[in-house]
Amino acid sequence: MASLGKIARRTFLIGTAAIAGGIAVGYYYYRKPFANPLEADLGKGEATFNPFVKIGADNTITIVAPRAEMGQGVSTTLAALVAEELDVSLDQVKVEHGPASYAYYNSGIMEEGGPFAFFDESMTAETVRSGLLVVGKLLALQGTGGSSSMRDGFGKMRQAGAAARQMLIAAAAQKLGVAAGDLETADGSIRHKASGKSVSYGEVAAAAAALAPPAQFRLKDKAEWKLLGKPQKRIDMLAKVTGAPIFGIDVRLLDMLYGTVKMSPRFWSKPVSADLSKARKMPGVVKIVPIETNYGHGFGIIAENTWAAFKAAELIEAKWADPDYPLDSAAIDGVLKRALGEKGSATRDDGDVDKAFADAPRERIIEADYAVPYLAHTTMEPMNATAQLKDGVLDIWCGNQAPTILRQLCANQLGIEQDKITVHTTFLGGGFGRRIEMDYALYAAQMAKETGGRPIKVTWTREEDTRHDAYRPAAVGKFQARLGDDGLPVALDMKLASPSVTAGVLRRLFPSISPIGPDKTIVDGAFDQPYSIPNYRVSGIAAPVSIPAGFWRSVGGSINGFFHEGFMDEIAVAGKIDPVELRKKLMADHPSAVKVVEKVAEMAKWNEALPAGKAKGMAFTLSFGSWVGEIVQVADTPAGIRIEKVWIAADVGTALDPGIIEAQLISAAIYGLSAAMGQEITFADGMVEQSNFHDFDAMRIFQCPVFEVAILENFHKMGGVGEVGTPPVAPALANAIFALTGKRIRTLPLSKQVTFA
Amino acid sequence: MRLTVDGQSFDIDADPEMPLLWALRDLIGKTGPKFGCGIAACGACTVHVDGQPVRSCSLPVGQVTGAITTIEGIAANGKLHPVQQAWLEEQVAQCGYCQAGQIMSAVALLDEVADPSDADIDNAMGGNLCRCGTYPKIRAAIKRAAVLRTAGI
Repeated sequence: MASLGKIARRTFLIGTAAIAGGIAVGYYYYRKPFANPLEADLGKGEATFNPFVKIGADNTITIVAPRAEMGQGVSTTLAALVAEELDVSLDQVKVEHGPASYAYYNSGIMEEGGPFAFFDESMTAETVRSGLLVVGKLLALQGTGGSSSMRDGFGKMRQAGAAARQMLIAAAAQKLGVAAGDLETADGSIRHKASGKSVSYGEVAAAAAALAPPAQFRLKDKAEWKLLGKPQKRIDMLAKVTGAPIFGIDVRLLDMLYGTVKMSPRFWSKPVSADLSKARKMPGVVKIVPIETNYGHGFGIIAENTWAAFKAAELIEAKWADPDYPLDSAAIDGVLKRALGEKGSATRDDGDVDKAFADAPRERIIEADYAVPYLAHTTMEPMNATAQLKDGVLDIWCGNQAPTILRQLCANQLGIEQDKITVHTTFLGGGFGRRIEMDYALYAAQMAKETGGRPIKVTWTREEDTRHDAYRPAAVGKFQARLGDDGLPVALDMKLASPSVTAGVLRRLFPSISPIGPDKTIVDGAFDQPYSIPNYRVSGIAAPVSIPAGFWRSVGGSINGFFHEGFMDEIAVAGKIDPVELRKKLMADHPSAVKVVEKVAEMAKWNEALPAGKAKGMAFTLSFGSWVGEIVQVADTPAGIRIEKVWIAADVGTALDPGIIEAQLISAAIYGLSAAMGQEITFADGMVEQSNFHDFDAMRIFQCPVFEVAILENFHKMGGVGEVGTPPVAPALANAIFALTGKRIRTLPLSKQVTFA
Repeated sequence: MRLTVDGQSFDIDADPEMPLLWALRDLIGKTGPKFGCGIAACGACTVHVDGQPVRSCSLPVGQVTGAITTIEGIAANGKLHPVQQAWLEEQVAQCGYCQAGQIMSAVALLDEVADPSDADIDNAMGGNLCRCGTYPKIRAAIKRAAVLRTAGI
């Protein structure tokens, strides 16, 4: 693993981005707390204790859960962290997303940004981690991503609840004239045991909020938890089964206009010529305006209803400039393969790989080439945002994964100050990384300049959404292993090439920052796996393709999980070792990993023979701090291969809500299976060829396997949950298909080579 | 033209070619049915016309003759529909965006088949996409709803 000296010389992207972002401030700034944004907007009788807790005189308790709720249950569990320490039940509280504010920074999102495996607890790794936590606060990004919300919130949300509770007790003690130590709390009220007197939180909230926050307080031990560690009812469930207007696309405002966009189908290209006359004649169209943003160029259609805007968009006839990237998938593939010819930058370099291969007998070497395609996110809710610009003040409503960045980019776009912008973050109809991008917000903000102060809801067609994503990039890998006499690998060399996600995100979100240094997302999921192999090298090369690449559920893990674990299965077969046994041997240094592998093998009855026509495959990936083993069982049927069952064992360190965690593991596996089975984004003439669910489909209920999940809590650090089920599922499926058919598939989607039932 | 939606009458001024979905969402203000694809490929826009499930994104409003029921109109007398109740009890939804369509398809299924088999569920629900992967819970909730309905809950 890398030493600090090496890192300093090489730099690495995320840290570099932070530092280049102009964060030249000292320790004092880091220690200084942010102002509480709730103070600016309190209702009558409301008191706020910190950015996460408000209590009204009527005992209405509001918890701010300032992360994007995109289905992963984050609002419920963040609220439970506060409620646990505040001694209130979840059905007693209101949960809000709250305003865009630096007070809601996510430092956890940065913590694992260094070039270290999660299990690397060397002084170097820990030093960089603590440095990145500071950077996280300095950047003050209010972001949801990297499966980091619980790791970031676990301490501060519980502290927010505990501090408020202690202040409420102190105020109650004064009011009742008793000692604070004789008071106890339950369900939003404070009771004096001896006298039986009690007050509600609301009755003392105003007095309590005026007190100084406690310098010290004790958080509950795990054994005392009433809510955490147990499945909670989701706070958003009733709204979601009754069709309540909770999504960005549901926003309705007085005098609202509707719109859509027609952006250049070639990324970054401007229109060379355009004929808008037919579109303008479409009944219901109010105005067609040019859109020029850092995300691309095109036209905004302002209309009386969404359908009129969609129809008009179809009637725009435009010629678009040539792109600055290769025109079609074959040419892009050529760029990726050429990149593989470069030396690259080794993020992991154990032993001496070159020497280990130099004298290897040919029959001891196995080699393979792997590839995966570009992928779209296709959230169920197509991109949209609603904006109103009136008297120099912008209000914008939309689901998004980064409200403070949204505010900043809209300010840049409109040339107004950030304090003239209010971001209203709604629930997201799916996120998966798509809504950390800001195109939908910028387009709506730009169009709001043209409506004379009227609000406008801008909804993209599914076609526009599919063709203007920030895609999971295509990637290629070249792998080589040398087997020892016992069949175990003595050397493994993995070279990976793909367009840089980090460089792509910087170009769109922070254009003033130039990316330098290797991009860790190219090697994530490969360099950081808990295998011990004497000579083990993982190198990444950024391929120069400027098609927008973005964060797609599990990011590098979605690529490298497939590569690493597919090739590991090939090593097992070549070495004549059972795939489960191979992993137990190679991961012996990491008991948490071994326990996960043993658990999933036991659940799936791995050692029991299956009837003819059925087979299993397994894979393991450590990502976002969680150790996940998956086994997929497939069956040969007359209609094609059927995925019958998936077993998942995941060690998340501390399981805050087992119900939500199980749902997320299954969700992430289905997301990965959808991609592995049939999804790919391809290019022709510089444009995306797919457009809607007929040619970019996802798993349907009739294809969905049965799931069995085990959640383990062996490792001493908490892991993430929202993405970790995705990386191992594609290789487990491909490995199962190999076991079933003898066909080794090294390229996704699998549907190019097999048929699924 | 006049539409009956969730038991209420609405007079709207719409191009008859406008899909029912946009008449509901933009003109009438019923945002429960969702826009997902516009080509009847994802089911998020599912509503009932005279009890039959239709993809409202692809049905011109001028062709609608029957009474329309949306997700906002299936609870009665302040009580959730058994399918909604089952969805709640099974904690089905994640992002929730497709669930209005899922629930409307499930209601139509149970109106036709009181005790659906797995194959019945596959057939009736195959047109409803969910990107969060809530299918195992949807299946469980439909079976629970069948029990709730039979018990008259």
